[in-house]
Amino acid sequence: MSSTTNYILGVYDDEDEVLHAVSEVKSKGIKIEDVFTPFPIHGLDRAVGHERTRLPIAAFMFGVLGLTCALSLISYTMVFDWPMIIGGKDFFALPNWIPVTFEGTVLFTAFGLVITFCISNNLYPGNQPDLLDLRITDDKFVMAINVDKNKKVSADDIKKALKDSGAIEVNVK
Amino acid sequence: MSHVVSPIREKLVTGGKSYSDVTHDICKQVEGEPTKEWKWAFGISSIVFIYGAYCLFYTWWQGIGVWGLNKTVGWAWDITNFVWWVGIGHAGTLISAVLLLFRQKWRTSINRSAEAMTIFAVLCAASFILAHMGRPWLAHWALPLPNAFGSLWVNFNSPLVWDVFAISTYLSVSLLFWYMGLVPDLASIRDRATTKGRKFWYGLFSLGWTGSSKTWARYEYMSLILAGISTPLVLSVHTIVSMDFATSVIPGWHTTIFPPYFVAGAIFSGFAMVQTLLLITRVVFKLEDYITIEHIEMMNIVITVTGSVVGIAYLTEFFIAWYSGVEYESYAFINRATGPYWWAYWMMMTCNVISPQLFWSKAIRTNLMVSFFLSIVVNVGMWFERFVIIVTSLHRDYLPSSWAMFSPTMYDIGDYIFSFGLFFTLFFLFAKYLPVVNMAEVKSVMKGVSSNFPEKKKATKKTEE
Repeated sequence: MSSTTNYILGVYDDEDEVLHAVSEVKSKGIKIEDVFTPFPIHGLDRAVGHERTRLPIAAFMFGVLGLTCALSLISYTMVFDWPMIIGGKDFFALPNWIPVTFEGTVLFTAFGLVITFCISNNLYPGNQPDLLDLRITDDKFVMAINVDKNKKVSADDIKKALKDSGAIEVNVK
Repeated sequence: MSHVVSPIREKLVTGGKSYSDVTHDICKQVEGEPTKEWKWAFGISSIVFIYGAYCLFYTWWQGIGVWGLNKTVGWAWDITNFVWWVGIGHAGTLISAVLLLFRQKWRTSINRSAEAMTIFAVLCAASFILAHMGRPWLAHWALPLPNAFGSLWVNFNSPLVWDVFAISTYLSVSLLFWYMGLVPDLASIRDRATTKGRKFWYGLFSLGWTGSSKTWARYEYMSLILAGISTPLVLSVHTIVSMDFATSVIPGWHTTIFPPYFVAGAIFSGFAMVQTLLLITRVVFKLEDYITIEHIEMMNIVITVTGSVVGIAYLTEFFIAWYSGVEYESYAFINRATGPYWWAYWMMMTCNVISPQLFWSKAIRTNLMVSFFLSIVVNVGMWFERFVIIVTSLHRDYLPSSWAMFSPTMYDIGDYIFSFGLFFTLFFLFAKYLPVVNMAEVKSVMKGVSSNFPEKKKATKKTEE
């Protein structure tokens, strides 16, 4: 987040309070940029208004890709490129290929999923985020409100709304 | 989110900890100077590691002729140690993935160290795979790489090739799962960092974590999917390891019971190893409030259950050997129990079948010293199980003139010592430089499960008013 943006931050110290505060602040017509927490709070992302993630779809696609790659490699090597009779079985010995195909599927799903996750959240080694509050990764729950996106509500009203909803501190950054 | 917790549940985090206390308690040992105990422990394991590395180097240099193998027993400690370590390496993923799917909250304070242990144990197992290839510099031949021989591919119908894929997938996926679990906690250390070095290194590996609700929501999905695919993965790994034996025609190996029996044995030995390490870690790092008697008891219950499964498998094997009417099969089993290796067999039976049954008594399963002792007994027993399966099935084959015994040389022993040196050196490095408890997950289950937590909250509110 760039330092030119103006944020008003409500700092809370309880997960239930911040969850209630989100709906309370939203009901006053204030748009919430995001809420930062030390651990996942169920339902918080939906309360803030984020859409449901499509990561599971990505994971499934990577799984299908892994399955296809594994089966293609095995059938190419065992049936087309250098067929050999092993244990009197068919060249296309599908039951014997289940273990490697399965491992390939899992491998592609796991790496595909994690890489997609990192890209979609802008996570990469060496990324130094402009943190809103250093206590977020310790014990504080921070609601960030972008002043520029809330032209209709005055900054003082935003601060008051945050205080009323149970914020222990209200900061400007 | 408030957690509804049954009143009969014991508190998972004791001592009335707040979120900040958790961060402080866990980060303390990462941030502080290494303690004297740690330096001693690390020093000793490094010496063991160096001695083992010499033995392993000598094995690689001279070839596996330095081992005590003979024409009859062509596979002994190398593969025993491999199966033993891989088995131990099952507990971490089991705890973090299967217990996550079952929503077992007690996993949160132990999953980090269990997963680390998993990765180190699989590395130890891999060292035996490499060593027993004889020419480890040609290890890449086990992979389907294009080559100048035709190209000649690996045989995808062979359980040994399945094993290569299973172990390498398991190692890389566990590493990924463990690392992604670490990211939020590394960010905690980054944000508390007082030195430039710590800020840089933990900042580098925490990937720019901000803790936004959107990231967390995706993170939860990612963990769930990783757990979902890791569960069948962990079961597949030991199933495939067991097929290295079960698909052969050696009496004593050629049994269909092997996959479930090996998986149960793997969980059994893995939990015992986690127990051993946790009992040490909680005392050394003063984590008694996070790894409580409740955790130890839960672990012991799992050990009893899997130990009983293993016991039933032993009896079933014996029964089937008789019931099948195959005299070679019957002989293999009678020879195990009464032949020249009877001592190994009864060692296995006592350690694996009888000792975990002691945990039926609550006094025993909540006693730390007894738990510690029995966790080691279980792992001794599980090593003997693999030794019995492998060596006793081989040492008396179809031709009595070639019957032989196996005696290990100093390089058999030295290579085994190497794996201990590697394991403990890595574990102590982990325990010093990374948070040993998953802070974010512990915090997420604290409400309702931490003693005094709600009372404390109310008290602070009152003072504010």
